[in-house]
Amino acid sequence: MKRILMSRETMLALAIILLTGGIALRFPGFIAPNNLALVFNDTSILIILALGQMAVILTRCIDLSMASNLALCGMVVAMINASFPDVPITALIGLAIVLGSFLGAMNGVLVWKLDIPPIVVTLGTLTIYRGLVFVISGGAWVNAHEMSAAFKALPRSVFAGLPVLSWVAIATIGLAFFAIRRLPLGRSLYAVGGNPHAAVYTGIDVGKTRFVAFSIAGGLSGLAGYLWVSRYAVSYVDIAGGFELSIIAACVIGGVSIAGGIGSVGGAVLGALFLGIINNALPVINVSPFWQMAISGTAIIVAVALNVRSERTKGRIILKRAETLV
Amino acid sequence: MNLQDGVKARFIPDRLNSRLSGHLKSWETLLLAVAVVVFVINSLSSPYFLDAWNLSDASFNFTEKGLIALAMALVIISGEIDLSVAAIIALASTAMGYALQFGVGTAELVAIGLIVGVLCGTFNGVLVTVMGLPSIVATIGTMSLFRGLSFVVLGDKAFNGYPTSFAFFGQGYVYWVITFELVLFAGMAVLFGILLNKTNFGRAIYAIGNNPTAALFSGIRVARVKMILFMLTGLMSGLAAVCLTSRLGSTRPSIATGWELEIVTMVVLGGVSILGGSGTIVGVVIAALIVGMVTFGFGLLNVPGIVMSIFIGLLLISVIALPIVYRRVRKG
Repeated sequence: MKRILMSRETMLALAIILLTGGIALRFPGFIAPNNLALVFNDTSILIILALGQMAVILTRCIDLSMASNLALCGMVVAMINASFPDVPITALIGLAIVLGSFLGAMNGVLVWKLDIPPIVVTLGTLTIYRGLVFVISGGAWVNAHEMSAAFKALPRSVFAGLPVLSWVAIATIGLAFFAIRRLPLGRSLYAVGGNPHAAVYTGIDVGKTRFVAFSIAGGLSGLAGYLWVSRYAVSYVDIAGGFELSIIAACVIGGVSIAGGIGSVGGAVLGALFLGIINNALPVINVSPFWQMAISGTAIIVAVALNVRSERTKGRIILKRAETLV
Repeated sequence: MNLQDGVKARFIPDRLNSRLSGHLKSWETLLLAVAVVVFVINSLSSPYFLDAWNLSDASFNFTEKGLIALAMALVIISGEIDLSVAAIIALASTAMGYALQFGVGTAELVAIGLIVGVLCGTFNGVLVTVMGLPSIVATIGTMSLFRGLSFVVLGDKAFNGYPTSFAFFGQGYVYWVITFELVLFAGMAVLFGILLNKTNFGRAIYAIGNNPTAALFSGIRVARVKMILFMLTGLMSGLAAVCLTSRLGSTRPSIATGWELEIVTMVVLGGVSILGGSGTIVGVVIAALIVGMVTFGFGLLNVPGIVMSIFIGLLLISVIALPIVYRRVRKG
């Protein structure tokens, strides 16, 4: 009981409730169900991406290329839609996911087969994928009037009271819960990150698991690419620039340990919501949106400090030594 | 396969180990060869490349980033990383611009830039050494925080009107086409080379990067060394902020966006192991030259900056991947 009360998710949920409560004291409109649904919808893309990043971080890797991947897949589907409006939207979504998975798999192969540190690989692909967006688009924008109505409408169309965008996020959360708890893959993500050497002896292919994690993160980035481009009804080279760090921030705030092996779906989702609520609340409480960056920076530092403290009490210090071996 | 890597990462890159030092030597030779090739291709493809003044202008492509790369190399050799360097530039530059409104002189501006840099570095150092946070996330956090503060102060505005004498740092020439920045970079490279190779402190950095626990048991004050390295990186970022602000003549919160990744690229391209424990200043300097020349050469051919970044990204991955592939193939 005490463990559940003191768990990261509970603390974070409390922090979020306190935060929204504090805002609601001055601006009751903020906690109107309508507005909360809006905030969730606004955070949906971040949630989807944070879940992908979590899979990667659990295996002791990191993917800095997710936002570039998103921009590239978004641009590809937007350009196809602008030139061939007759291509069905489902095909475009499928293409975005496949292309995204392929880009993620590229990261994965380099990490798996060549043992290049993930941070170096994804630092490289971050610039390469972003550069490719420029190459295929020639720096031009795809604007709202060039996209077909169906392309733009899908994430906005309301189904059972919520926009499809929110439903996609909810479905992703559901799938992630299932995969993490019930699939061998989910368990091997933890095993690989918790202790790669032990994982090898258990018969888990460490490299392959990382490869799969990168591919999943890539596929979700591709999906998010379509959602981003259609929701904001514009695509250009710099979309989601710098978003890779917000994704990592959401994970870290949600208690996903950068040293691998620790983290939960609920935590990552709450971490993303925390950032989403701050972003949405600042204009409401009349604070300049320029504060946003400084606040999320502070939130990251505080969250990591809490992570490190809680990990220490679990005696993970022994495993930390193994980190230098990998 | 991971176990093997672990063993590999633990080789101590010292003179004692002739095979590894031979490998390092060949790494720098390889880099030098790449630099020469880039130089020749550039000279052949544009008639404007081999011009003293153009080359002098081109040096700005790497001097400021190179200054930080020198300090970043030491941080990475010690097994840590600092992703907040570009944000420190933004904050230091903002502080200088803010002070400017109270009519301070050039000397004070420089002092403010350097002090803010050191303070930011100290903050990073405290998070990593005192609180024990992993440097990669801690500095992602401070990266947001420092640049965020700069946004809070400036919003969408800019500071302008730096004094004429302040312009020397980014626009001044020491002799003929030799810029002040180039001399500064060369001088700093020598200083860092001496620090890393000829002092106890430098040996301690390698020792910590290879095995922090063993380093601690050998009597090295691991936390203190790391603290100093983060402060040093902050100082160099402050110095780069002075040069960049002086060169641009204005401060915006978006100044030097994305530099942290370019700087890490330079360091890794220079042969510094991202896992810590090995690397040389010579390699980093050559890598800085390569990045600068590639950027300049493509610029002369009217290639947009973002396409150059594809090339830099490919260079980063292939330069690291090729020796690994080569070793695999040779092993059979």
